[in-house]
Amino acid sequence: MRVCVVGAGIVGLTAAFELARRGATVDLFERRAGPGEGCSFYAGGMIAPWCERESAEPIVTELGLEGLDFWTRTLPVAERHGSLVVAPPRDRPDVVRFSRRTSHFEECDQRRIGEIEPDLADRFPYGLFFAQEAHIEPRAAMAEIARALGSLPNATLHVSTEAPAADGYDWTLDCRGFSAREALPDLRGVKGEMLVLATDELKISRPVRMLHPRHPVYVVPRPDGSYMIGATMVENEEPGRVTARALMELTGAAYTLHPAFGEAEIVETGADVRPAFPDNLPRIRVRDRRIHINGLYRHGFLLSPALARRAADIVTKDARFPEFDR
Amino acid sequence: MGQTNDDPLTFYGERLDSRLLVGTSMYDSPAILADSVRASGAEVVTVSLRREAGGAQAGQSFWSLIKNLGVRVLPNTAGCRTVKEAVTTAEMAREVFETPWIKLEVIGEDDTLQPDVFGLVEAARILNREGFRVFPYTTEDLVVAEKLLGAGCEVLMPWGAPIGSGRGLNNPYGLRSLRAHFPGVPLVVDAGIGAPSHAAAAMEMGYDAILLNTAIAKAGDAVAMAHAFKLAVTAGREAFLAGPMEARDMASPSTPVFGRAFT
Repeated sequence: MRVCVVGAGIVGLTAAFELARRGATVDLFERRAGPGEGCSFYAGGMIAPWCERESAEPIVTELGLEGLDFWTRTLPVAERHGSLVVAPPRDRPDVVRFSRRTSHFEECDQRRIGEIEPDLADRFPYGLFFAQEAHIEPRAAMAEIARALGSLPNATLHVSTEAPAADGYDWTLDCRGFSAREALPDLRGVKGEMLVLATDELKISRPVRMLHPRHPVYVVPRPDGSYMIGATMVENEEPGRVTARALMELTGAAYTLHPAFGEAEIVETGADVRPAFPDNLPRIRVRDRRIHINGLYRHGFLLSPALARRAADIVTKDARFPEFDR
Repeated sequence: MGQTNDDPLTFYGERLDSRLLVGTSMYDSPAILADSVRASGAEVVTVSLRREAGGAQAGQSFWSLIKNLGVRVLPNTAGCRTVKEAVTTAEMAREVFETPWIKLEVIGEDDTLQPDVFGLVEAARILNREGFRVFPYTTEDLVVAEKLLGAGCEVLMPWGAPIGSGRGLNNPYGLRSLRAHFPGVPLVVDAGIGAPSHAAAAMEMGYDAILLNTAIAKAGDAVAMAHAFKLAVTAGREAFLAGPMEARDMASPSTPVFGRAFT
């Protein structure tokens, strides 16, 4: 069985990894300078199947549980300290709404929040703690998969600007994200902007989401002590450009979470386009011998392990998943 | 739609059958947005230019999703804080959405998002002169309303409560007074509506239509809530036309007491 995987973002990497582990001969092609340099590069890396239910369908939680298992057991790069949801006193209705739509959390008062994240003590009167959730550093996670692929004799990563030749393969997996749009007319882009702040005045150990009616943000700690602050959601397909407004919203919200962010150094800003279908749910579309895995929207790292498994079932077991082939 | 055909609403000479206008932001997905708009029966949706079109007008996919809804678009100047910003945004919106309709917002205060009514009147004057059909987002203030009409507006959109607050009609007295002062002007309660009962209450007062977004988009089931609002707006309108009874202080038996057997 020879399989060509196009695109070495998180979807292509997990798909190639899953297929190679099952014994297929896999060629993974990437036209950028290396793996993981598309929109996955800017991901938050929250493996939060229960939190995501706040704005996503139940299937996202279901598939996300497989993702949680993948990142904590199959490829154990995740930190598992749970995630915390807080809101300033006047936005308490947003916490109530969040709690109504989600599950698997502990309701926290001010004291409990201080136990979980001491630096956030006395800052927020209510919160929700999702103890079983995890987070990863997306770039390190992708490098780890690439390394794992490199150690398998039946997998090869090709970094080249030339389009891969489709002949000679039993299957082609198209994992190009928004770049596959010409083949997927109902795919749209949802722009996201992020930044990374570095400060040693603050120690936060798990992702914290701060709810706000207009500018909800999340803060994800990185292993080097910096913090990824994300992310805007704009129905707009322009990549690359970080607006002043976005920076204002993200830094303003980070500052509200903790004033120490006001003195932090901005070490990175970034923007890219998330691929999404109209219902914001992923697809695995089988067309002849070509499989499109796309539309993971905000949930690339959360959902890609489950989708990779299903795509591999199609290739190796002739399985079909009509619920994702719409 | 359909059941109130003999009671149309007119904005700038355009006839509408539905008296519910809905916003398009904050939905969990465009698919849920589309289903909600259909369930609401709305014939007009508001779209924010600033957020969705971007500098390079790259929001083409979202825009074509909106177009496919088959409804009229009322672009808005949401988030604008100055007259100049609002006017520029309106001009861009006219080009992008190919309509002279504009929901004019000039925000004066960040916490309450309440309109800067001085800037609003000035921007309305400029835009009306440029041939726009202006739908100003205003307060229930009578003098401001008068000035907006003087600036050429033929529709007024007073708030019920601050945007996104879901508090309903904060000042029913003021809203009644506005309605009474301008019996011939189409008045739309815009912003602050949280529950269908709020929408029905405004319609019972004689308001011509309701514009809302968050109450549907952030409901547990947006599509079901959209339908609930459709029913509430229709109920409120029919109640207004039917003429609600006057409240009184004492009980008034609905069956005669006189002649009833002693028990």
